[in-house]
Amino acid sequence: MPPDTLSGSPESDVTSAMTFKDTELTLGIPGEPTRSPAGKFCTKRGFIETVDLNLRTSTSKPRGKAHADEVDDKSDDVVSGTCKTTASKTQVVGWPPVRSYRKKALESCKYVKVAVDGAPYLRKVDLETYNSYQELLMALEKMFTCFKIRGNYLDESKVIDPMKEMEYVPTYEDKDGDWMLVGDVPWKMFIESCKRIRLMKSSEAVGLAPRTPPRCTTTT
Amino acid sequence: MMNYFPDEVLEHVFDFVTSHRDRNAVSLVCKLWYRVDRFSRQRVFIGNCYAISPERLIARFPGVKALTLKGKPHFADFNLVPQDWGGYVQPWIEALARSRIGLEELRLKRMVVSDESLDVLSRSFTNFKSLVLVSCEGFTTDGLAAIAANCRFLRELDLQENEIEEKKNHWLGCFPDSCMSLVSLNFACLKEINLAALERLVARNPNLRSLKLNRAVPLEVLQRILMRAPQLVDLGTGSFVLDHDSDDSETYRKLRATILKCRSIRHLSGFLEVAPRCLPAIYPICLYLTYLNLSYAAGIHGSELIKLIRHCGKLQRLWILDCIGDKGLEVVASTCKDLQELRVFPSDPFGAGHDAVTETGLVAISSGCPKLNSLLYFCQQMTNAALIAVAKNCPNFIRFRLCILDPTKPDPVTMQPLDEGFGAIVQSSKRLRRLSLSGLLTDRVFLYIGMYAEQLEMLSIAFAGESDKGMLYVLNGCKKLRKLEIRDSPFGDSALLRDVGKYETMRSLWMSSCEVTLGGCKTLAEKMPRLNVEIINENDQMEFVHEDSQKVEKMYLYRTLVGPRKDAPEFVWTLE
Repeated sequence: MPPDTLSGSPESDVTSAMTFKDTELTLGIPGEPTRSPAGKFCTKRGFIETVDLNLRTSTSKPRGKAHADEVDDKSDDVVSGTCKTTASKTQVVGWPPVRSYRKKALESCKYVKVAVDGAPYLRKVDLETYNSYQELLMALEKMFTCFKIRGNYLDESKVIDPMKEMEYVPTYEDKDGDWMLVGDVPWKMFIESCKRIRLMKSSEAVGLAPRTPPRCTTTT
Repeated sequence: MMNYFPDEVLEHVFDFVTSHRDRNAVSLVCKLWYRVDRFSRQRVFIGNCYAISPERLIARFPGVKALTLKGKPHFADFNLVPQDWGGYVQPWIEALARSRIGLEELRLKRMVVSDESLDVLSRSFTNFKSLVLVSCEGFTTDGLAAIAANCRFLRELDLQENEIEEKKNHWLGCFPDSCMSLVSLNFACLKEINLAALERLVARNPNLRSLKLNRAVPLEVLQRILMRAPQLVDLGTGSFVLDHDSDDSETYRKLRATILKCRSIRHLSGFLEVAPRCLPAIYPICLYLTYLNLSYAAGIHGSELIKLIRHCGKLQRLWILDCIGDKGLEVVASTCKDLQELRVFPSDPFGAGHDAVTETGLVAISSGCPKLNSLLYFCQQMTNAALIAVAKNCPNFIRFRLCILDPTKPDPVTMQPLDEGFGAIVQSSKRLRRLSLSGLLTDRVFLYIGMYAEQLEMLSIAFAGESDKGMLYVLNGCKKLRKLEIRDSPFGDSALLRDVGKYETMRSLWMSSCEVTLGGCKTLAEKMPRLNVEIINENDQMEFVHEDSQKVEKMYLYRTLVGPRKDAPEFVWTLE
């Protein structure tokens, strides 16, 4: 499953609370018991378990309820591709009592600058308006019509002859200030982490962190 | 003696009675006064759209021009009320239109507004002037286009924190060229806007006083707008970012020069996106500001934020994110001596809260700002000693809402509950009308509230108390209580049923995840036919056991003159 299908619920409260530790590359066997695999898909059941709270709530409470409240009203698609591995204590429905509009406003609308090597101007895009890598890259192609972008987000099979056509590689600066290849992590993590985007000449992108297959695709 | 006056004179006298509460009192004096008030009342407030029917409103006040309506329970703000619960404005607008009411102003909060409602609204009331929508949903920019195109005398269009579906219809361009009456325009909650239409609209509305832009309005456009409208009093900026990386760019210099001329700006908000190095451009007008709202300005923090605050010596209201820190609040305390209202919101509402403020910042504020009377404070921790100091420094609180991010956290110094701290607040602030509690709390805090909070009108309780006694202290003690909302607290049937007459004096009671049972709610509904007791049951019908001992997950009850509502969705049961 390519990551661009993982973009189910851009506004779900739970997915946004995931930590970046979850995506850290570590030495060790996948599925190491000390930490649950980050890329693992949340089934609905698993998700419900994560909102099972430590707070003094009635235990007779039917579980389905917590789930129905927790997800944002609009997001029917609960399976958002990534999941929180541990329930933090603040993961209570409606707590802290911040208006859901405010929550969304603070987390959504992420404008980042886009630079293209050799282009005389920058553009800005709001990452929150896209639901997948594919949508973003299509938008970038439109924005910079004169450039072809190598879609790192696609399955290998779908990539059209990279030698002939694709000259630019989409890269981004993450929260730690490292330059990474776009497509390395699930979409939701990417929009949380991305500070700016640079479409780099593919010849210069050689030295970048090697592309790792998104882990979530391997565990499904 | 006043009964000898002709009706017209009484009416003229009543004109000076502006508060809804006083008008209500006036109408109860005698039949004559009731009649005079009935035909002369122009502004009506209805705190619950299901408490009364639109027909009754129209029959009682046929001359109503300005209507305020509220829909969903307050806890809907925090996703505790399911989607499709209700709160539809359509029947109201239809009834008002049918009766040819001369509606001029409509203000809706937490209601479902459809494009059709807005369309009917825009066509039915020829003198319609003001539409204010707060936390509403259900409509698109098509509805806004109808308002813009058809309301020829529109003065105010204020869209606060609504969920609006945006279509590519350039609704702002639908204002006719003849539209020159706008005084207030707020579209900060939209994502897109047609910039050319915006500039044209601003240019032809010289009376514009309040303008709140959205993120799509870049700094260059802001600068041109301010050139056109230096008379603005209330400004919400959109994006406050320059794309080019040099401080003395042409745009920045122009902006500085333009802002210098905007001497009338008193309220400043927005900065939805911000480049801190552009901020010095607003320093010259900061000294005049009485209200600064940076609660969406996540891009301003640290020393830039503090530097900005230092220029704002006349602030009366400040809304800010908790990234200001305790140190920043100390600067506020030493700078803003006139501060009356402070709201500190969490910059990370999802929990991490690493740089949240604490009791230190609040104590500093209370000792530096003696006029403080309204507080909303999201913090990491709070102590009894701090609350007692705050109560002593600021005895004039009208609103006191404290939210400790970990809702059952005790006093971290003594590990005691925060009963004494909140007790000190209610004891010292005699005029307290609204209170929200958090932190570890026992029944004792409710004893204090019942004993001292005589003017309390709205109380929010979460994760607090030990037994039914807690709730009873409040119900028995707070004679003016109108709204009580409780979640995750151990209050059950005996507290609920002790004094059922009380609920007819209140607007509403919300209880979720408490100990109340289905049987208890049924008993209440039977005894009190003028209350709607609604159960929200989001499970499958199969799962829910219809036994009286079954605990009720969410209960919402309110007084009403119209009986059970007819638009309740399947998951809402009204008990009878």
